[in-house]
Amino acid sequence: MLRVLALASVVLLGIAPQASQAITVYTSWERHALVGSDVRLSCSFFSWRFVSEDVSFTWRYRPDGSRDSVSIAHYAGGEPYTDNKGAFKDRVEFVGNPKRRDGSILIKNLDFSDNGTFTCDAKNPPDIVGRPSSVRLLVFETLPIQAGVITGAIIGVVLGLLVLIVVIYYLMRFLVARRVFSLSVSKHGKKKKEGSQQRQASFLLLLFFLFLLPLLQYPPPLLPPLPHMHPVCSDKRNRLARCHHHMTIWRDYNSIQRLLREFGMRKRVVKGNIHLLCMAAQLT
Amino acid sequence: MLCILLGVLALHLLVFILLIVSTASSQWVADEKGHSDLWYSCLSEPKAYSCSQASNEDWIQAVQALMILAVVFCFVSLLAFAYQLFRLFKGGRFYFTSIFQILASVFVMCAAIIYTVMRPSNGKGFGYSYVLAWVAFPLSLISGLIYLILRKKD
Repeated sequence: MLRVLALASVVLLGIAPQASQAITVYTSWERHALVGSDVRLSCSFFSWRFVSEDVSFTWRYRPDGSRDSVSIAHYAGGEPYTDNKGAFKDRVEFVGNPKRRDGSILIKNLDFSDNGTFTCDAKNPPDIVGRPSSVRLLVFETLPIQAGVITGAIIGVVLGLLVLIVVIYYLMRFLVARRVFSLSVSKHGKKKKEGSQQRQASFLLLLFFLFLLPLLQYPPPLLPPLPHMHPVCSDKRNRLARCHHHMTIWRDYNSIQRLLREFGMRKRVVKGNIHLLCMAAQLT
Repeated sequence: MLCILLGVLALHLLVFILLIVSTASSQWVADEKGHSDLWYSCLSEPKAYSCSQASNEDWIQAVQALMILAVVFCFVSLLAFAYQLFRLFKGGRFYFTSIFQILASVFVMCAAIIYTVMRPSNGKGFGYSYVLAWVAFPLSLISGLIYLILRKKD
């Protein structure tokens, strides 16, 4: 049993370095470019050995629909060689830095006949076992829109509008409630004794809480107690301040009926905003 | 009341599941050689399968966006229904729920119409995702209208 294990480990150790000595070549998957423009096709490789002086890059081109490939660029022995006879004559330039494992080429002045597959093969002696990698070039007259741009735009706009509408809705409700409450208070002759500074602070606090909890229909139970709040039971004149406890059961009819009679407001509006009125009443 | 509530909830969940299946599976156009749209375009041969991304034309992206929005709105409507069920005052109507559900149905309708009008005319038959989208549209509309009429009794 031990012998089998020893044998297996030796075999594995023997195989492993062989597998790790393969060179891996990286290029893009697909490149899109406009007619007449320049495109840089990048090629890089990974090797377990340092970059040797005999490192070589070979670029081949295979047109769409053809089975043969033509060599268009070659770098070997420290010198780049480019196509000087074929379709890419004077259009290919070797722009990579082989010392940094970069074997990219630049193709200028693209044409529709340049549609095809470009294959990069890199060799780093003695590391020569590896598979070349291909990049597909697509030449367009006008660049098509990328996948997902319009999708994201439509979704973003609609959701943004939704959020905006919800915010505006709650803002209008709050403003209506404030107006109703201030009208009712002034009608009953109660003068505000607190300074305007305190009123502004409570208003801002109310605003803050309302926008922090937009979906709740009832005031949050954790309103901080403000020092100038009147004890709610003793205030007989302003019964709206007491309705905070009764609003779920719609019991405090007298004050509501008074409001309805005086302002001719629809029951629904007052009913819907009663909690806002109570909250405003509690804070001022 | 409980029966009506459970029925309405079941319908809502059915619509939600239909929308998700229709959006996520790429079978708006299908025949024995392959299927395509909304996200992938696949060719299938015996023992082989080759998929690539669906074309990124404007109308396909619009259909994608509208279907995703319909799913989102249906989900939000489900949450609004759960919330309003416990927090609405007695006698109130499920306004939020119904608004979102009706918007979801409008989006599904737009997506299905755009796809029907603009689909590539290469003779392939419609797949099940397309059928589900058209089925989800009236169901979600009915569901939204039911929420509009429904009143909270307890």
